[in-house]
Amino acid sequence: MNRMSAIIEREMRKFFRSPMLMIMSLMMPILQLVIIGNAFGGKIVGTHVGVVDYDHGPQAVKLREAFDAVAVNIKTFSAIEYQSEVQAREDVRTGKIDAAIIIPAQYSRRVYAEDAPKLGFVVDNSDLFTSSALEGEMQSLVDALNAPVVQPRLTTTIALEVVELYPYVNYLKYLLPMTVALAMYISVMIGGGMLYIDDKARGVHEGYLVTPITKFELVFGLNIAGAIKAVLSGVCLTVIGSLVAGLGVVFHPMILLQMLCLIIAGSIAFNGMMFLLMVRVDDPLVPRAMFGILNVLLLYPSGAMYPTASFPKWMQVLSVVDPFTYVIHGFKSILLKDGGFTAIKYDLAFLLVFGVSTLLIATPLFKRTL
Amino acid sequence: MSAASNQFPANGNGAPRPVAIAVEHIWKRYGDFEAVKDVNFSVTEGEIFGLLGPNGAGKSTLIRMMTTLIPVTKGKAIVGGHDVSKDPDDVRRIIGVIPQALTSDQDLTVYENLSIYAKLYSVPRGIREKSIAEVLEAVDLTEWRDAQTKTLSGGMRRRLEIARGLVHNPRIFFLDEPTTGLDPVSRIAVWEMLNKLKATRNLTMLLTTHYMEEADKLCDRIAIVDHGNLVALGTPVELKNSVAGANVVEVKFDRDDEAWPGRLEGMEGVTSVQPEGSGFYRVITKSGSKTTMQIVELAASLGETLTSLSVQNTTLDDVFIHYTGRQLRDEQVKPVFSMPPRPGARP
Repeated sequence: MNRMSAIIEREMRKFFRSPMLMIMSLMMPILQLVIIGNAFGGKIVGTHVGVVDYDHGPQAVKLREAFDAVAVNIKTFSAIEYQSEVQAREDVRTGKIDAAIIIPAQYSRRVYAEDAPKLGFVVDNSDLFTSSALEGEMQSLVDALNAPVVQPRLTTTIALEVVELYPYVNYLKYLLPMTVALAMYISVMIGGGMLYIDDKARGVHEGYLVTPITKFELVFGLNIAGAIKAVLSGVCLTVIGSLVAGLGVVFHPMILLQMLCLIIAGSIAFNGMMFLLMVRVDDPLVPRAMFGILNVLLLYPSGAMYPTASFPKWMQVLSVVDPFTYVIHGFKSILLKDGGFTAIKYDLAFLLVFGVSTLLIATPLFKRTL
Repeated sequence: MSAASNQFPANGNGAPRPVAIAVEHIWKRYGDFEAVKDVNFSVTEGEIFGLLGPNGAGKSTLIRMMTTLIPVTKGKAIVGGHDVSKDPDDVRRIIGVIPQALTSDQDLTVYENLSIYAKLYSVPRGIREKSIAEVLEAVDLTEWRDAQTKTLSGGMRRRLEIARGLVHNPRIFFLDEPTTGLDPVSRIAVWEMLNKLKATRNLTMLLTTHYMEEADKLCDRIAIVDHGNLVALGTPVELKNSVAGANVVEVKFDRDDEAWPGRLEGMEGVTSVQPEGSGFYRVITKSGSKTTMQIVELAASLGETLTSLSVQNTTLDDVFIHYTGRQLRDEQVKPVFSMPPRPGARP
């Protein structure tokens, strides 16, 4: 035990003497949270929609008043007057405006006559996000215009009443579990992967191998140290990320305890996986090359950004054996749903079994000689 | 192999000292490549034993087998009475090892580096502090105890490595090229320190080196290793005496001539002639003064001019040439990579 604690002591002292290492392993996930969270999570605002009015009747005026209301309130778009449909189409094509709505001649008359009135909507569908947002906004405006002025006493249409179990989750909060998992992964990759191979290349391990330390003490010493570093990163990111994302729930003692359990289990799993991958590697370039590949291979199939249900079958299989899947599922269950230990028990079990199994496989593969 | 190989230094009573390291018919193969071939030698307690040879000769492979770092392919190595293949942990407990590279943690202090190794060697808590203080004193690093390793000079870092290898008070000390990369002043300081350690701690030391001077000044006995073979073994004096000539005459003729080697070899007392190029020759002779006179007379009779002429005693360099057929320094400067010829260029 004394020899194992010496390995842990050495690793931790080295870690705390390298502030750049700590900053880098925390900075990247935080940046990812802030940049991706804000880039993908926000509503579309400030777009421009050209209005070509060939009608000028009362219903056209009503429609334009609705556009003005949107521009002032939810600010999805503002209307720009066009005299010619051709010019409006050209400006959509060249990107001067994002869409154009055409109010045809006789539009008001057809509305009053209930003679299938139509509005033209020219949209730049090369940008799926903006076009979807504008189409959605226009559809709700049209639905509002179609609604009868006096509501019938008994409605005949079917209505879906949505009950949301949890408070509104914006994309920043949705990404927080991924960010915490990513911080742990980076810490393991740098602290457990790159530094381990660098130490091997520098001959530090040669120094260990001539001492009476056993294979078990060496493997577990290195892995416990790696897991401690990942736990520290995970806890720091949980606190900082929660403050950035506005998730105060994390400071509840029970939530914090659940998070800590999951962070420890996740750190053991990540570290075991990394040690198994690196146990026979000697070239310092290998972990650097693997960093990006593993990031894509493990993070994206985990359901961190998109639900696993939308994946093809082979990616769903990958997500089943991916420790990221369970770390992120567990974090989401705690942070976004307050699911308690019941919701994360399978995640904890998988991560612990995965971590211990990888370590048990890696230990005999570890060479006690050069 | 030299005839002196089986003669061990005696202790004060005249009786042979106990053997600390015994290497018996040891081989190391990497696939088809034989890095060490059937090497035999013994090191007695309290002795400083040197493995001398160029880079790639097999010195580090030998030391790595003896320190349990790599498995032995064939043969046996007994260190401190323990077989390195059968009882590696027992061997590790009684040896100290200084690797070729400087591997102390730069981010840690001198004390922290030593403390971690004291724990790795299971030095009891009660004597850990005393042991660290003693080794720091022995390597003159006491006042640098709390300095970060990265602030130390190369020589001081090497001394820290030596202290690290001594922190558990080993009986046998292995040093793999302990002065490589050090400036001459630091190198001499390390030699003095190793001699002091030998005297005060009764350590058996086995070191590898490619510095002739280091082997000559530091080692009680030297084994010359070349291409995985042990080609000579003995004390520095024995090895020098084993070379047929007692003196080396270095002569440089103004004009090079293919006939010079034959003329020089024909002189009385000359045992070998080594052409060094551009009219420069190293002549091994039994009598330096007589050969010098003969060379001067020969040059005068032929109307040739001598650019330089000097006489010196046999050195380990000459011993190395004698046993391996080439100079050690030739091996040191051999390029690792040479540019391929330019296409179309004349050789």
